[in-house]
Amino acid sequence: MSSAELKGSSADASLLSAIRSGDENAMALLYDRYSSIVYSVALRVLGDTSAAEDVLQEVFIQLWRNPGLFDSSRGSLGAWLAVIARNRAIDALRKRHPETDIGDVIVSVEPDMAGHAERARVMEKVLGALGAMPRAQRSALEMAYFEGLTHTEIAAKTGEPLGTIKTRIRAGLLALRKAFST
Amino acid sequence: MSVHEQFAEDLALYALGALQGEEQVALEKHLKDCAVCPRELEQLRGDMALLALSTAGPTPPRPARQRLMEAVAREPRVRAVPTRRAWWVPVPWFAAAALALVAVVLSRQNANQEQRISLLQQQSAEQQAQLRRARDVLATLTATDAMRVTLVAAKTPPQPQGKAIYVRNRASLIFLASNMPMLPAQKAYELWLIPTSGAPIPAGLFKPDAHGSATVIDPPLPAGVEAKAFAITVEPEAGSAAPTLPIIMVGAGE
Repeated sequence: MSSAELKGSSADASLLSAIRSGDENAMALLYDRYSSIVYSVALRVLGDTSAAEDVLQEVFIQLWRNPGLFDSSRGSLGAWLAVIARNRAIDALRKRHPETDIGDVIVSVEPDMAGHAERARVMEKVLGALGAMPRAQRSALEMAYFEGLTHTEIAAKTGEPLGTIKTRIRAGLLALRKAFST
Repeated sequence: MSVHEQFAEDLALYALGALQGEEQVALEKHLKDCAVCPRELEQLRGDMALLALSTAGPTPPRPARQRLMEAVAREPRVRAVPTRRAWWVPVPWFAAAALALVAVVLSRQNANQEQRISLLQQQSAEQQAQLRRARDVLATLTATDAMRVTLVAAKTPPQPQGKAIYVRNRASLIFLASNMPMLPAQKAYELWLIPTSGAPIPAGLFKPDAHGSATVIDPPLPAGVEAKAFAITVEPEAGSAAPTLPIIMVGAGE
């Protein structure tokens, strides 16, 4: 099997191994592969290109300093970077220190996010699932995810019961998962 | 409802970082003991990753890559780190804890030292500024090229004048004289401190310049002497232990 045919996760594992040995070119390749995921989620949360770029730099330099933070046997690097970038962007938005040790974050997801074509397909499905959600459910999920609001804050903002908001947030996440299980 | 279902909604909030307080503590405790919920947490984070992809589109500005690669090149060689699963190995754990403690102590000490250095630097800067001001005052008082002007009532012929400024506690005396008559050869003026009790104390010898001006700055004086008056006599150049009459100028404190 040629390297071009390697599945994304295997290719990521080799890149991470090269990064572990200090290979700067491997870091550049990894950046080219995932910088747009990291940047676009940070930009959506922060709404500011300069602040989004700060998150981008921070996420990648942390990976360079400590490639062992990502456990390649336990999930996809692209998904992990997306979650780390979202969490860091929310920390920046709410002007708080990073709350979670990123080494503790394990992300388990079916679709492969390494290739552009695969990502385009995933994005299409996600947008489809979001479009199919009841408006209130999508809104609660997006407030929690992109604005970093707690369920209490969302309930106060929408005037709806706390329990309803909790249910909507979870149901929204599960609906996304379901879109890939069929 | 199973215990996992009970935590299901909290788990989603926890993944999003929205869970706080007691609810967070209870869930984290449950996560340590549960085999099912940690797996569900990983899946919820996977769902979050999918949601991140809904934003895909914008690409970072071109210079961002260059900046990252420059930062990467500046970083020291990457160190191999122990896997996060090895945290329970007791000896390294204690060693790490001890090192962390030492690091905290050292960092505090360092911070204290830096604070002290900063304070000393500040004090030193203040003292230097004071010294500069004092030197400036002294330089003005003693400058040979200073213009010394005594102001008197109009149409009054110039009179010899002396002004003594005395601080008893510090035994410090500054004396300025003007329009002093020329002295005979081998003679000098001598300033006397006349105490409230006891004999006059020598307070400096001086010879006026060509304009009749003279200055005496901090002559040696015993500490704490209360002065009743200051007086000037003409004495031999080496000075005298007691004033030789007549007293040619005298002034009492106000």
